[in-house]
Amino acid sequence: MNGQLANRFTPYIFMAPAVLIMGIALLYPLGYMVYGSFREWNPSQNISETEFVGLKNYITLFFDAAFRESLAVTLIFAVTVVAAELFIGVGLALLLDRNIRGMSLLRTLFILPMMIAPVVVGLMWRYMYHPTVGTINRTLKSMGFEGVDWLGQHALASVIVADIWQWTPFIFILALAALQSLPRSALEAARIDGATAWQQIFYIKLPLMMPVLIVTALLRLIDAFKVLEVILVMTQGGPGLSTEILALRISRTATEFRELGVAAAMSNYLLILLLLLTLGMFVITRLQEKRAARLAKMVQEES
Amino acid sequence: MQQERLNPAFYALLATLIFMSVGPIALMLINSFKLDVDIISGTSGLLFLPTIRNYETALCDILWYTPEHMDYCALKFGGAMINSLIIALISTALTLVIGCMAAYALVRFRFMGRDSASLTTLMVRMVPPAVLLVPVFGLWNNDFCISKQSWLGEIIRESFGGRGDVCLAGTHSGIILIYVAMNLPFVIWILQSFIVQVPRSLEEAAKVDGAGPFQVFFKIVLPLIKPGLAAAAIFTFRIAWNEYLLASALSDRDTKTVPILIVNNMSEFNVEWGVIMATGMLLAIPPIIFTLLASRQIIAGMTAGAVKG
Repeated sequence: MNGQLANRFTPYIFMAPAVLIMGIALLYPLGYMVYGSFREWNPSQNISETEFVGLKNYITLFFDAAFRESLAVTLIFAVTVVAAELFIGVGLALLLDRNIRGMSLLRTLFILPMMIAPVVVGLMWRYMYHPTVGTINRTLKSMGFEGVDWLGQHALASVIVADIWQWTPFIFILALAALQSLPRSALEAARIDGATAWQQIFYIKLPLMMPVLIVTALLRLIDAFKVLEVILVMTQGGPGLSTEILALRISRTATEFRELGVAAAMSNYLLILLLLLTLGMFVITRLQEKRAARLAKMVQEES
Repeated sequence: MQQERLNPAFYALLATLIFMSVGPIALMLINSFKLDVDIISGTSGLLFLPTIRNYETALCDILWYTPEHMDYCALKFGGAMINSLIIALISTALTLVIGCMAAYALVRFRFMGRDSASLTTLMVRMVPPAVLLVPVFGLWNNDFCISKQSWLGEIIRESFGGRGDVCLAGTHSGIILIYVAMNLPFVIWILQSFIVQVPRSLEEAAKVDGAGPFQVFFKIVLPLIKPGLAAAAIFTFRIAWNEYLLASALSDRDTKTVPILIVNNMSEFNVEWGVIMATGMLLAIPPIIFTLLASRQIIAGMTAGAVKG
């Protein structure tokens, strides 16, 4: 009897610490933020002393040119980065999907960039982009070209390149894993039927990898909205607002402009955006599971 | 399959890729051993006298001797390094223990609220640190406090000094708390996919032999998911060790972590490249070591995290 009771409570005991911590330090703060976004709130005030202003913060932001620009920069950054990384990562995976010795060493070297701190990545690239000291301009000059003001005139593109450097390996490794788990029989059959290498890629490999690729792309997209440190170190959001992504703008609004209510409303906009993306990912994986189940059933009925 | 024969262009591509991914890191490593004069004058890459002076400058506050080239230790980098270590190690350990218990419950038990718990975990995984900045700053400074008049608050104020109420902000535990919470969803998600693979029959057999649920968990399940734990540990450590934004909002003078110091030094007008590179290298070394030691587990964890949506 006693044992049975203990058994019934076991899952709750196992869950309790996680629920407690996530409740206190994630869900409650998120609720607090939503509440705060409807208030005129500066850092020296306790939230109970603040004044309720309704949707004012959201409306101000909606018509705020700086916020819109920062939103546009964020979207351009995220979409470009993910598209480029997908293209390069999948391409490399298709190229390198062979039996070569030292593949594991290669993969180890490739994941180094994404393991080191974003702050350090920003630091490295800031040095390499430096107009006079930097490696890139020095190389250009030694070859007889003019130096380029990377972080001045082409700030957004330069930041995008740094992110591509850091995160393409992520897509490459996931794509390679997907590629190596494809059913060998389908590829074999295509080869026997005389499909060329390109045909194999476009009609067999890519469609079969698609489920994994979509999830990977969405994961990367969600992560691309979180990028902050790399850009902070490289350009501090400048020159002007040209690289000020939303995450950076939120932190500046909170610390420099001292408008916590507006920053909270901004966070909410970002959160809604990410929520939609996550929901999209969720729906897509569910659909895929259903399709896989249906296919498995069809195969079973045929045999 | 036999070893395929590859043409030279393929090897050229491989070499380029390796150069591109490791090059910047190697560049930083080399520069961290150069004097600023050498970095700025840029006399050909590899011909220079390596010096550990930059590292001495960076770590001056925990060195047992005073480096001869400096008379005042301005950069409190060693202390920040210790803060970073404390915060990263404790938060990783806590996240792992709490996370794998929760993951086990989610995989193996049917209970009320299981679906909503699982869904919530999945959803909060996407919350970026920047979104947490405002509420965490507000809560940690104002609401998560013990009044200095209260019994516990009085004890803390008397033993540690300081003014005002005792708040979470500015303490190691404040930063650790938010890191644990931030990393939990991810750890739970990854570990679920490893726990599912543990054969149920093993657990049943242990139960028949009279083991309670906790014994089954600690003696059967945990040893079997070691690779998953390793992967989760590395990912958690990496985030806690590398994170800047929340730490910068929550730390005070004595609890600064390494990324904060680096960012602060970078934003000054006259950048001392050599020292900065040395500090960057010190920050990058632990993750690099983990990667070299456990790349297999990291890759397994990455694929499990992405594929098992």
